[in-house]
Amino acid sequence: MARTLIHVPAAPRRGVPFEVRATIAHPMETGYRTDDSGRAVPRDILTHFECRLDGRRVFAAELHPAVAAHPMVAFFLRAEVGGTLSFTWEGDHGFRQTETVPLTLSP
Amino acid sequence: MRPADRPRHAPGATSAAVLVLAALAGGAGLARAQSPDLRRSGFDLMSPALQAMQRDEAQNPAQLWVQEGRALWMRPAAQGRACVECHPAGSERGMAARYPAFDASIGRPVTLAGRIDQCRQRHQSQPPQAADGAELLALAAYLAQASKGLPWSPGADPQLQPWRMQGQALWRQRMGQLNLSCAQCHDQQAGRKLGGAVIPQAHPTGYPIYRLEWQGLGSLERRLRGCVTGVRAEPFAPGADEWLALQAYLATRAAGMLLEGPAVRP
Repeated sequence: MARTLIHVPAAPRRGVPFEVRATIAHPMETGYRTDDSGRAVPRDILTHFECRLDGRRVFAAELHPAVAAHPMVAFFLRAEVGGTLSFTWEGDHGFRQTETVPLTLSP
Repeated sequence: MRPADRPRHAPGATSAAVLVLAALAGGAGLARAQSPDLRRSGFDLMSPALQAMQRDEAQNPAQLWVQEGRALWMRPAAQGRACVECHPAGSERGMAARYPAFDASIGRPVTLAGRIDQCRQRHQSQPPQAADGAELLALAAYLAQASKGLPWSPGADPQLQPWRMQGQALWRQRMGQLNLSCAQCHDQQAGRKLGGAVIPQAHPTGYPIYRLEWQGLGSLERRLRGCVTGVRAEPFAPGADEWLALQAYLATRAAGMLLEGPAVRP
């Protein structure tokens, strides 16, 4: 399991945009580099990220080889109801990881 | 030196002049004023975006290691005791500020990473790890975070002195095909440019650092190795006494500066 850092405000207000930040430990190896002995280092990147609120997709992003290691994705959400935010990263070699964070709104 | 280069040294001279004037104006009461501390962390040379990246824990990628270090600190050891069983919660603060220190039991100085490694070997029956081993980096990042904002006060044992002297000699010794010493860049030319980058004063107050060039967290020994190969010298062996001596000297040189926690550098 890769380490992740997810920051969601403690109690964002209903209907007011708030920022969400999600970082994951991942090498994002581009596939364009060679090792010390000249052999190509195989590509190992994350290709897809998405955030769902109680199963409904609220944000998604495609990631490409130019993205740095340990990518942080920051975006704004506006919610009318609280629930469970789930964050899913998918990548090469069948990588898939999901983390969940509860979202509680203040009125 | 070209005249155009001179103003780079002016800020120190100006503040010294201001101090003299203040002392004259204020009389004896201000005579105790100390000369200003001109030491600056490399943090001050970074762009506002990078400074924000270091300051904001939601942005600083080193927090990935801090988080892992905290888990390792609390985790019951397979053999022996968990870190937290000997070092209760709250005692972590200030630990990182005391190294390098002299360890009488082995008759040598130890760095923070070295001490963590010793503890892991003695009390958790773990195999030894180099300073850039995954667990050592994570635990060092966790302890660095716990000492953030404290003044650095490396060990005061007089037996550290020969190591510091050796470190200082290495600092001043020209090496490599470029025939440069550390001091020539970081003492004499600090604040000026090498290629596109401003040369920092080399105060290691934020280690382990997340270096964008590395795309990861790394130790001070790794950074020193980068400079040694940068002047095209053959680096000392991993874990060699020379690295330890240089770290002991750099800690004295930066003593009293505030620790930054795991820092971000370009």
